[in-house]
Amino acid sequence: MSFTNHRKMQLYGSLLLLPAALLLTTFAYLPTVTTVINSLFLPGFRGAPTEFVGLENYQVLFDDPTFWQVARNNLLYALGTIPTSIALALGMALFVNGKLRGRGFVRMAYFTPTILPMIAAANIWMFFYAPQIGLFNSLLGMLGFSGVNWLGDPSVALSSVIVMSVWKEAGFFMIFYLAALQSMPPELKEAADLEGTSRWSFFWRVTFPLLMPTTLFVLINALINSVRVVDHLFILTKGGPNNATNLLLYYVYENAFSFFDRTTAATITVVILLVLAVVATLKFTILDRRTHYQ
Amino acid sequence: MNTTTVYAPRARFFSIPALETVAAWLLAIIWIFPLLYAFWAAFHPSEFMVNFELFAPLTLENFTNAWSQAPFARYYLNTFALVTGVVIGQFVVCTLAAFAFARFPIPGKNVLFMLVLIQLFVFPEVLIVENYRIASELGLINTITGIGLPYVASALGIFLLRQTFKTIPRELEDAARIEGCNWLEILWKVYVPLAKPTYLAYGLVSISHHWNNFIWPLVVTNSVESRPLTVGLGVFSAPETGVNWATVSAATLLSIAPLLVAFLLFQRQFVQSFLRAGIR
Repeated sequence: MSFTNHRKMQLYGSLLLLPAALLLTTFAYLPTVTTVINSLFLPGFRGAPTEFVGLENYQVLFDDPTFWQVARNNLLYALGTIPTSIALALGMALFVNGKLRGRGFVRMAYFTPTILPMIAAANIWMFFYAPQIGLFNSLLGMLGFSGVNWLGDPSVALSSVIVMSVWKEAGFFMIFYLAALQSMPPELKEAADLEGTSRWSFFWRVTFPLLMPTTLFVLINALINSVRVVDHLFILTKGGPNNATNLLLYYVYENAFSFFDRTTAATITVVILLVLAVVATLKFTILDRRTHYQ
Repeated sequence: MNTTTVYAPRARFFSIPALETVAAWLLAIIWIFPLLYAFWAAFHPSEFMVNFELFAPLTLENFTNAWSQAPFARYYLNTFALVTGVVIGQFVVCTLAAFAFARFPIPGKNVLFMLVLIQLFVFPEVLIVENYRIASELGLINTITGIGLPYVASALGIFLLRQTFKTIPRELEDAARIEGCNWLEILWKVYVPLAKPTYLAYGLVSISHHWNNFIWPLVVTNSVESRPLTVGLGVFSAPETGVNWATVSAATLLSIAPLLVAFLLFQRQFVQSFLRAGIR
């Protein structure tokens, strides 16, 4: 390849990259940079940054008990949804990987919530949770118990939101486990059967360790989702009661579009970006060596 | 499954004890129940929502109510335009970028590629405040373009297509060049046709993602003219609007019907697409 030809190829390749580069700059890199800048300034006319205050906005944010409540909620939300949905996903995958009557239907039933918009799922669950006429309280009433205010009682509201999220996500993660299970060599099972290994110990000593890369992959996705997906809050609780179900991204939305406090919104966004950066580093260092992509 | 063995066919699936079958079915019924219930509620008069009676009279009234109380026809049109536009835009932009990353010597290519991959973590909805500002400066508020544009340069699309393009043998490219094809013709006649399965998988994942997307469309739109179904549904079923549950169920079904029907028909393709695309 001649030198001029090489230069020509470089130019051509760069031109091919141009549309993507422009769009990514506009909607990913530039907003990231301006978000960080906004978090270091005090807002002026029409929210434009005026006075450089360094980390003062962070100081203010960290002194705000609501922020800590929201951060704690998000942590609890992650702790509540991730292990449960991963465990359920694994169980589901084991179920539909085996010989099972009506396997097609069962698999479909597990996966269907994944295909629904979160907002539609929340609509359906809203009715289950409704205090007077809701299905859960009607059932409790039939059994002679008094009802629970599932979304209105601060001590149970977050759990109610978590239950719905687990229902929505488990089937998605099941797909990855199912794929991993189907690619496992059957010889392992045959050998174990010859040795009379119990199903239980086969699972813990062979299947589970072999599924480790998949678990990590699913974990990363679940972590990202736990800070990114807040659609259901718009229907179910709007972050209430009294911020009991408020999550970081929803808090950003509230600050920016309800309280018109762009600076606080930017500061919380930077916190979210830092969390995502940790997740990304985790992924690129641990996961990439045992890559899951096909 | 085109393995040809003369031995007894290997047991691909291991049979499950009865107790586990019961557990699997129980879980399946719990999982599908909310959807079935929404179906049931949508087709019955609202007074039966609580007093469940299996043989309550069927009605379509909830659907006509929902349809008349919100411009669902418009929402369908908007969602359809949005999804089509985004997928076409993604295919074009991601194909060009993926081709560049797969086949061209670009200075700092690895760094650039890593920069692209950052978008797998930093989604447009995380940067919602600044993206809103940028969209408004570009005059994109309240437009379908505004909803879709931030997603067009998709890192996932670029990544998947680059991986696929890299597996295509160079000999095919050389042959096309001898025939007198230029770069774009080579891309169009050699690479794109051979990457069809990737386009299908990515397309399905992208369609379901954008059909279901909510928070960014909510922020960027504020009128009926540009709202997609999800936002329309969210506005419609907000508790303060005081519509009844049966009508909300009908509206919910209206919003999810096309995607749900598509999923039931092409279940296998959907599931495999999610698998192939991995990260959304």
